[in-house]
Amino acid sequence: MVSAESWIAVPVVVPLAAALLSFLVRRGSLFISLAAAIINVLAAAILVNQFFVSGPAQYAVGGWDPPLGISLRTDGPALIMLVLTGLTGVAISLYAWGYFSFRIDQPARAGRPEKQERFFWPLWMLQLTGLNGLFLSGDIFNIYVTLELIGVSAAGLAALSGKSASITAALRYLLVSLLGSMSYLLGVVFLYKTYGVLDLGLLQKMAGPTPGVIAALAVMSVGLLLKTAIFPMHFWLPPAHANALAPVSAILSGLVVKGSFFLLFRLWFDIFSPALPHTAFSLMGALGAGAILWGGIQALRQQRLKLLIAYSTISQLGYLLIAFPLAFTGGNSQTWSAVLFMASGHACAKIAMFMSAGTIMLHLGHDRIRELAGIRAYLPVTAFAYAAAGVNLMGLPPSGGFIGKWMMLIASLSTHQWLWALVLLAGSFLAVAYVFRVVEQLFVIPPDAPFIERHPRAGLLEWPALILALISLLMGLIAPYPLRLLDTGMAPQVVQVIGG
Amino acid sequence: MTNMLYSFTGLILFVFGLFALISCPHPLRKILGGNVMSTGIFLFLVATSYRTDTASIDPVPQAMVLTGIVVSVSITAVALVLATRLQQSANRAMNRREKKNEGGAAEG
Repeated sequence: MVSAESWIAVPVVVPLAAALLSFLVRRGSLFISLAAAIINVLAAAILVNQFFVSGPAQYAVGGWDPPLGISLRTDGPALIMLVLTGLTGVAISLYAWGYFSFRIDQPARAGRPEKQERFFWPLWMLQLTGLNGLFLSGDIFNIYVTLELIGVSAAGLAALSGKSASITAALRYLLVSLLGSMSYLLGVVFLYKTYGVLDLGLLQKMAGPTPGVIAALAVMSVGLLLKTAIFPMHFWLPPAHANALAPVSAILSGLVVKGSFFLLFRLWFDIFSPALPHTAFSLMGALGAGAILWGGIQALRQQRLKLLIAYSTISQLGYLLIAFPLAFTGGNSQTWSAVLFMASGHACAKIAMFMSAGTIMLHLGHDRIRELAGIRAYLPVTAFAYAAAGVNLMGLPPSGGFIGKWMMLIASLSTHQWLWALVLLAGSFLAVAYVFRVVEQLFVIPPDAPFIERHPRAGLLEWPALILALISLLMGLIAPYPLRLLDTGMAPQVVQVIGG
Repeated sequence: MTNMLYSFTGLILFVFGLFALISCPHPLRKILGGNVMSTGIFLFLVATSYRTDTASIDPVPQAMVLTGIVVSVSITAVALVLATRLQQSANRAMNRREKKNEGGAAEG
């Protein structure tokens, strides 16, 4: 009989098993991976239910307790990310099914799509394993291992399209992520040298403002900022995300950058926030402001749809960093949860956008923004999904982006930090501009538009994107539920403010 | 004292590797730079396992080094495969260009 806590291991073990199996059994790889993605969502739902009943849980792997053993644990932020990854994971799997069967139907080069599909499923499942492991791990060295797992499988996924541009981008991506995780590992060594423990819970109790901790946090943060592609360390992201296959771009832009961001968030807020000076938080905010403006301006200048979406990722990641100074001086946990809310809204919206871009590219054969007019005639669902996801990026109600930005705006005004509020608003204007640049093309049908036949199986390409876009759009309406998850250990007023 | 010597050597190796990874243009040198970086960290970690109060050493850093070596080997392998692919596709593109030039010269 398995104990209730052992459900925590399922989101790590099942995708890992699916990765190995789908590598060995090539014919069934699609169904193995799809089944694993669905089991993963179910396990996440069970964990959430357990969390509501009995609070945060901990599971000692192999029966070894910390400090020596490695523990897996659930808490509010981890569960939100787990559910987000699970839901988007199923959608991405369905989309990838449609994408590869489309490509195999109409191959540009015979045999290539089959080969790509064969390696996509194991790599994607490995990616899922790494992400779930990162969210659930309670041990900083184990987190290093999951970071490397994410980095390697992401580089493999990015190289999948086989074009020389994408291999160059993938190699650069791999080296950057190696640099990032090495500097994280250096921080782990500093922490171990200072305290002699690796467990997150134990570190939280011990952490104080000693030079060792500051140095450790500095090198860890630089590494993680590099991996999250925060301005000015974003140079590797646009080529890697824009040259990859459509499902891969969705995974990289929606989930992978959130993995390293989540770790950054956890280190700063969960563990070391009492040990840090105010200037450190302001520095993070300044980086975020730079990212919002630079990413937005670059997105406006792009000629290709996928590059535009990739630069918009850089801009949106900046919002997550602006929250650092707000949460520090704001002093309440609202901003804290706004960050995770923004992150999940952005993940759903960005995945939907890359899916739509992929569908458009499959039908048109290119993604030049100027020549996109007339898409609505044969891909109405895709055009709508793109626009709905764009609403989230702009931050209009009732999207998840609106709730996140609103909470941040209130925090910045109530603590008289006008500068951050201005940047937040400027970022929204930029988002409106770059979203409408594409949307105005999508919804116009010029009289001389070329007739393009809709693929009979395009449904699998269109519907997952629409569902994710709608989730991001309507996230504001279900806000109280995710916020209840974050409620543990925080003032209960947060839920009331949002819910009432 | 030797403990400190090892720690600092490790950190210096880390910085050397970092410098190579950032400044060398050739992919192979970058990959080697990454390897030197990780070796530096491992040396630092091994030096951490020295304990002044007891005769025995701390086994946890050694377990971490072993795990780290496995990770670093696999990342090096992936990076080398990607670099080889890049070289091959660059060669192919160069051959194609040369052939085109020869063909053009013969016609002209």
